[in-house]
Order: sequence, then C-alpha cells, then structure tokens
Amino acid sequence: MTATGGAAAAGSGLMAADVSRETVTGGLKAASGGRDTVIIGLEVHCQLNTASKLFCGCSTDYRSDPPNTHVCPTCMGLPGSLPAMNRRAVEYALRVAKALNCRVAEEAEFARKNYFYPDLPKGFQITMYNRPLAEGGYLDIEGNEGEKRVRITRIHLEEDPGRLVHMGTPDRPRYTLVDYNRSGIPLIEIVTEPDLRSPKEARRLLNGLRTTLEYLGVFDGDREGALRVDANISIPGSERVEVKNISSYKGVEKALTFEIARQKGVIRRGQKVQRETRHFVEARGVTTSARSKEQEHDYRYFTEPDLRPLQVRDWVEGIALPELPAARRERFMAQYGISPEHARTLCGELRLAEFFEEMAPCGNPLLAATWVADTLQGELNYREMEIGKVPPSHFRELLEILCRKELTDTAAVEVLRRMLDQCLKGGEVQSPAQIMEKNMLGKTAGDAFTNVVREVIAECGDAVRDYRAGRGEALNFLVGQVMKRTRGRADPKELTRILRDELARQGT
Amino acid sequence: MVSEEEVLRIAELADIGIGKEELPPFTRDFNAILDYFAVLDRVPAGEGWKAEIANVLREDEVTPSLPREEVLALADAAEDGYIRAPRVM
Amino acid sequence: MARGETHRDPLNAFITLAEIPPRAPGRLSGITVAVKDNISTRGVETTCGSRILSGYVPPYDAHVVDLIRNEGALISGKTNMDEFGMGSSTENSGFGPAHNPRDPERVTGGSSGGSAAAVASGMARMALGTDTGGSIRCPAAFCGIVGLKPTYGRVSRYGLVAYANSLEQIGPMAASVADCSLLMEVISRYDPRDSTMQDRPYLPRLDGDIRGMQIGIPAEFFGRGVDPAVADRVRKAIGVLEGLGAVLVECAMPSMEYALAAYYVTCTSEASSNLARFDGVRYGPAPDYRKPWHEAFQEVRMQHFGPEVRRRILIGTFALSAGYHGKYYGKAQVARQHVREDYARLFRDVDLLAGPTMPTVAWKIGGKSDPLSMYLADILTVPANLAGVPAVSVPCGTVRGLPVGLQLTGRPFEDEQVMNAAFAYEQGVKA
Repeated sequence: MTATGGAAAAGSGLMAADVSRETVTGGLKAASGGRDTVIIGLEVHCQLNTASKLFCGCSTDYRSDPPNTHVCPTCMGLPGSLPAMNRRAVEYALRVAKALNCRVAEEAEFARKNYFYPDLPKGFQITMYNRPLAEGGYLDIEGNEGEKRVRITRIHLEEDPGRLVHMGTPDRPRYTLVDYNRSGIPLIEIVTEPDLRSPKEARRLLNGLRTTLEYLGVFDGDREGALRVDANISIPGSERVEVKNISSYKGVEKALTFEIARQKGVIRRGQKVQRETRHFVEARGVTTSARSKEQEHDYRYFTEPDLRPLQVRDWVEGIALPELPAARRERFMAQYGISPEHARTLCGELRLAEFFEEMAPCGNPLLAATWVADTLQGELNYREMEIGKVPPSHFRELLEILCRKELTDTAAVEVLRRMLDQCLKGGEVQSPAQIMEKNMLGKTAGDAFTNVVREVIAECGDAVRDYRAGRGEALNFLVGQVMKRTRGRADPKELTRILRDELARQGT
Repeated sequence: MVSEEEVLRIAELADIGIGKEELPPFTRDFNAILDYFAVLDRVPAGEGWKAEIANVLREDEVTPSLPREEVLALADAAEDGYIRAPRVM
Repeated sequence: MARGETHRDPLNAFITLAEIPPRAPGRLSGITVAVKDNISTRGVETTCGSRILSGYVPPYDAHVVDLIRNEGALISGKTNMDEFGMGSSTENSGFGPAHNPRDPERVTGGSSGGSAAAVASGMARMALGTDTGGSIRCPAAFCGIVGLKPTYGRVSRYGLVAYANSLEQIGPMAASVADCSLLMEVISRYDPRDSTMQDRPYLPRLDGDIRGMQIGIPAEFFGRGVDPAVADRVRKAIGVLEGLGAVLVECAMPSMEYALAAYYVTCTSEASSNLARFDGVRYGPAPDYRKPWHEAFQEVRMQHFGPEVRRRILIGTFALSAGYHGKYYGKAQVARQHVREDYARLFRDVDLLAGPTMPTVAWKIGGKSDPLSMYLADILTVPANLAGVPAVSVPCGTVRGLPVGLQLTGRPFEDEQVMNAAFAYEQGVKA
C-alpha cells in the first residue's frame, strides 16, 4: 500500500526472495547477467470499483465530494467499530485471480499489519499476509525480445488508507490534514516475480494488468489515484532497492529509469548500492531515500480476529470470464482482418476496443481500424481527451462518408478535429455532414480544379521542366501545390491524373 | 533477560513513551512476566487455534455515512473539512 | 451527566451517571440497567476507564445498547472499570477504584467492577459487563452476584471498545439467575455487523431440573494458589448440585498449566494492536501539532494511558515482534488449541464443569502491588475465554464474610444449560 507520502506504508517484505540471487527463469534469455540487465518486480495496488468500501457500507464514490463525507465508525477506526467483509470485493479479486491464472487458496485470511501513520485510522491496516487469496499466476506481455510471460507471485485484498494533505513547505512543514474518504476503499494487490528487465517492460506489464482488470469490469484506471505501484529494482550483484509512491503509468517508467541510472552511477563511482526504501517524487522525477525510521519495519502481523477466513476456491468455477485482451486481439484479426499492431492498440484499452467494434460495421473494418487506432488516438492524445467523450454515431458517420469516398483523408482529419474540439468545449456537437457543409470540406469534382491546375503549371515552371526531364517526384510537388491551394479537398489520386493529362495536353 | 535498551526499542515500536525513572521498574516487571511465559516452552507441538466459521460476508450495499459535523466534532482540530494531524514530512 | 458525585455514588461504581431513556416498551420495561463504560452509547461519554478517551462521545450505539433500549430498559449510567478492561480489581481505572459494597475497603474485582458494585448495592437491577479473561465472573464472585460470560459469538461486540477481540464477550450481570438470564435473552439477538457472531439466540430454560446431569470437577481448579476456605466452600456448593440429582465426576485439565500464559500473551498482543488507534487525531486529547507525528503520538499515549495499559501494550508488542512472534504469540495459539481440545474431551463425558470462580475472596484495595500476582488471580477464569465456552459465576456463600462464586462452565452454545444449573443451585440453596 502506498499513501500520499505514505512513508511508513513501506515494504511488506513479500517480494519474492532476494532477486540478486534468483535462479534464472524462462523469461530471461541471453541478456540476463549482462552488464545492462536490471531486475524489476512490481507490487501493483488497484482500487476495485465496488459500490461500498471493503469493510463498511460507505460509498466508494468520493472523488467529487468534500473531505470526510464518506466515513463511518468502521472506516474512521472509531472505538468499538468492526469490519464486515464486502462479498463483491472478494468476487472481483477472484475474477482477477482466475484471469491471471492463479491458484486460489483453499483458505485465505486477513491479517493486521501494524504501524503508525496519520492516514491509518486504526493504527493497523487490514491486509492479507501469509495466507493470501491466490498465488502462482502469470500474465503475458510484449517483452524486450518478443512475447514474455511475467509470473504473478500472489494476489490479495486490503484496505486503502486515508489521504494526507501536507501544509507548509517541504523545507518548513507545518502540519498535516487528513481526509478519510479513501480509507477502506478495497484494493487488490498484485505482486509479480522479479521477471521484468526494463522500465518499458514494467510499463507494459502495468498496461496489461490495467487492461485485464478493466475487461473484467473490476477497475477503472481513469480514476485519479486508482493505481499505485511499488517497485523493487536491482542490478545483478547489487542490493535491491524498493521504490514506493509511484502513482501513474508514466511514473513507473520514469521512476525506474531514474533509479536504474542512479544505481549504475553509484556502482560506477565504485560505491555500493544500499538496500533501502526510496520514494518517487513525481513532480521532480527523482527517487529520494526514506528516513531511517521508515526503513525499520516490524509489522507484527497476526490474524485479524474480527473477521473470519475465506474458503472460496469453489467460487472460481462459477466465474465466467469475459473475453480477455489476448482473445479479443485474435478475434479482431480473424474477424476483421486487421493487422496485429492495430489489434494490439485497439485491444489495449477496453473502451477503445469497444469503440472500434461499434465502428466496424461502417463498411470497411480496415479503414475503421486505421482511423480509430491511429488517427483518432493521435488526435485524442494531442487533446488529452478520453475516448468516452467522442460520440460514436458521429465518428461512424465520418467513416461512412470516407467509405463512400465523398471526403479526402486530409479533409476528414479536418472534420474530425473540428468535431473533437466541439466535444471538448462541451456544447452542441455538429455531425460530420454539417461540419463538411459549413466549411465546404466535401470532395469537389475534378473539373473544378482545372483552373487551379493550370495556374500551378503556369507558376511552377521549374517543376514542370523537371517533370518533362523525367523526374517523377516533380509531379508530387505539383500535386502538393494544388492540394495546398484547394485546402485538401481534392482527391490526390484524381488530382495526379488531371495534372498528368493537363501536362500531356500542354506538352503536345 | 530483556535489557532496558530492548524495552526502549519495543516502546518505540509501540509508540509508547517511557520515562527515565519508569524504565527500571518496567524492565523488572517485564522480565518477571516473561519468566512466567516461559511455561509456553512446555506446550506440546500442534496446530494453532483457528476460527470455526468461514465466509462471513455482507452484500455490496451502500449505507449512510456519518454526518460530517459529527465526525469533525470528535476531532480536536478540523480545517476546511479535514482533520488536523501532526506533520509527517 | 455527572462524574464523581460521591453522595450519589459512594462506591465509585459509575464513571458517568446519565439517564438514557428507553426507546420502546418491552421485556426490560421499568428495569434500570448499568452499562460498562467500554460499551458505546450514542451521545454519552464512553471512556473505557481511560483518560485517553476522556471527553469521547460516540456518534453511535453498541448493538447491545440498541437492544436493551428497544426492550424498555432505562440505562442509569456508565460503570467504572479497569482501564480498557486491563485488570482484575477495578483499581486500574483512570477515574479511581470502585469499592466493594460488602466491604468498601476491598476491591470489587474486575474489570467490570463498577457494574458488579452497581448491582450488588442496588443502584441498578441489572448490568452489562464484558469478560475477556474473567472480567464479568470475577467481580460477580467478589460482590456476590450472578454474571455470565456467554459463548464466544453469541452476543454482538459491535460498539464494544476492543481489548482482546478473540477472547471477549459482552454479558449480563444481575442479583438473580432469572434476571441475568432475561438480560442474556435480550442481548443475544443476531447482528451481522459482528462477523464473529452466530445467529444462535439464547432461549432460556430455567426449570432447575439437573437430575442425571454429569458435572466434572477438574482437580486443577482446586490446586495450588486456591484459598482452602474458598475451595471448601465451593466443594460444599457442588455438593448441593449433587443433592439435586447431578452426578459428580472427578477429572483433569492438563492444559491449565499454560492457559494463563497463553491468555496473557494473546490478550496483550491483540491489545497492542487495538490500542494503536488512540493517537489523538480523530478523537481524544489532541497531539502537539508543532511536533513531528511520531513524537506527538508518543507524547499523547504516554500522558494519557495508565501504567498497566502501557505495560500490556509493551508486552503485546514484544510478543508479536520479529524474532519473538513464534516463541510467544505462535506458541500461545497452540496452547489455546490444547485448552479447547481439553474442554472438548471433557465435554464428551460431562455436561458441565464446576469449580471456584476466583482462587480467593476480594482483597484489600492496594493489596496486590506487583502486576504478575494480579495476573495469577485470573487462573480459573481465563480457560473459558481461550476456548470460547460459556461460564457463569453464581454466589455460593461467604468466606470470612466475603462472597465466594461457584463457576459453572458448559459446552459452546449451551449457555442455557449453564444458566439452568446455576438456577438449580440458587433455588436449591434458598429452599
């Protein structure tokens, strides 16, 4: 678990063994042991999207509400309160366990992890320790050298602590403010074996987990703070360092890249990497050493006496998993004939995959794949916009117009941009047809361009001479000139034909 | 025998302050009690105590939270709806 | 609400005198019930006998409080207790010791001493106590009243401020078995908020017929440390049961050797975790906001926890800490299982076990100065908590003018049988 500045919320000591002495497993090949190898294992915490908290009936929908409005005696740790386990949280965790090919324990139980911190209302966190819900699974990702199987050590359930706001400045801290709305939100912790070999692989594992959890309907990765990661990193022959407090997908790659460079620097200077816990400071993109008090952990785990064990292995059979990302990728390629790259991109995010499937009936699935996976994604990223904001019916209409060849690609992008800008503004969003009409972006019949073509031929004598001298690329230049003057409304193929004809006509 | 230093270390772990003058008597009582606990060494090996029931679960239903005024009124200091705590940085 | 009104409460039985009215008429209409101060009462201060909860007013009612108010009970106040239940005399209260109505210079027993004193002195007809290692039965014995520690899982702990969750139960205390039984009937209603509770409500069966009942008498209950006069008195009481038709069976309970150690390791371990929440942030006396959190928390906890509480937190922290966990906490759980197996074995042959509740009568206030000698007083009551079985203490006469309790222990969820035997004894002595 990781709190905001969750210093004391440090390593559970559950990471599999000392990675510097690990036996090389299937995942690593020749690269292992090389100077550039790094060994990375992750502890990923995801908030499960249940309606109520893990141990009480308070709503989990707190993000837009004022602090301390979603609290009760249980999640505030008032004297005399008791936890009562949320059945759905258990079911969700089991779904994840099944999807990640884990063995569900015959009997799992909650334990208390004892430590003090102001975000922890009871002075202990209810988590699972030596009897986790599930163990021994895997997830396949795209690794440094092709497909790679990352082993999952264990999966368990635990409660989220509250949220801290630090008053004062880092140099002159004054006091802390606590909001317990987040306290008791169900978290699933997924621990991987130290099978990852680069920050990029770590990022891909996270993306893979996120996608899987979203497909399972148990997680919403877009919610702020819904995912938090602790990473264990070592360079073979050196001590392992735990980096806590990573709270975004991009952050993982950044934190690991920084930490690896730092460790290599330490070794280069002839010093030893200290075995320690470090914090990732997102704003500065660096990791900093935790203070000594936070390094000494003695969590005094014992069975949570207020809860009863879980004997839920039988439930697993009853869980029907939805189509998972890998299966959907295969289906997309088979059903729509799209490329593996497009399939991977589209299936890499549940909403994108679903969006694509709504577009596929437009008449040309290949066109739809290109437009959703490349064009739309690019425009969305540029605007930091979510796919959920795009009206599917509008986008489908745009694709249909494209299929009917009533719009050039360039003009279609123009329509899309205008449409997305309107979506972002939040007002009324015009249909592609309306946008085309208003901005005269529709494809114009070839003849209408003849004057422009003649103009360009007359003004670009050099290019015309080059063309006649047999330099084909000169024709591209002339096409470009016409396109520019007609604001992309002309179909380049059509235009090339007209230009060639006109040049031939004038040349005789 | 548990030393005074060990008692201090445990006190730190438990976030229980211990005064200088208290340390010797605390350590003395602590050792007397631990001596008595030595009887546990004679316990025959076996399984630990375990609960008799399992799978006690509630449905995922939202129930009302406490009114915020009541929550904040319990705390010594509140600010903008937050509860104040000492600094952690 | 009042505290320390000595003219109204000369025994210091109450920490807070407060009239909490009933919500609806019912089986407890017209009855005043005193409630131990570790049971949460909405709107009425609940201190657990600790300065660290001085001024803490819960925003919710414990399940048992709901139940008794809905059955017509008038709550007369919150009773004095050893801080967080940690004691066997009610001397470890942050609000001064309670006094035994039979001899105000003597202790009431504990930790539910205020509840026992309130009932024994007639200030309340019934009381709720809590029993972690004898805390209902010990003061019941010392003050000469009836007190039942129910089967673990028979009464909701929702709203009971935890001391040692796996051991403790809320239970009834009253001058008569019938009253005690009535209160038990009311408070045993199922509550899904306590996951350790089972929906097996108590259905009283007080016919006093114990003919043919097999009663085991473990030799260890009359062993070293038991005042011979007390042992003698209890043997006579068991004779009364025999006279009523019960069959006596001598037996042995070897796990008694380490039961007390297993108990103290378990309760202090759980307590060290339960009491971690008292840091002054969300409720209770404020920490010094100018200091770093660790220092500030330490200061609050040092200032406001009493010495016995701090001692037990230390022991429990130690027993759970790395390097000692297996030797202490782990071993205690094994010992606990042996205790449970001992009971299971005995209860294959007998219906009840009988013996003294306490090895002695009430001692003088201040008479036991070192902690270990106080712990040893619990030797006869802790086994029932370790195994979760029901046990009642019923008055069985006096020794040197001070009350002695007969303890009857039964199979899990056979609280009815335990109470019926106590009833038979009570009526048998009267007759």
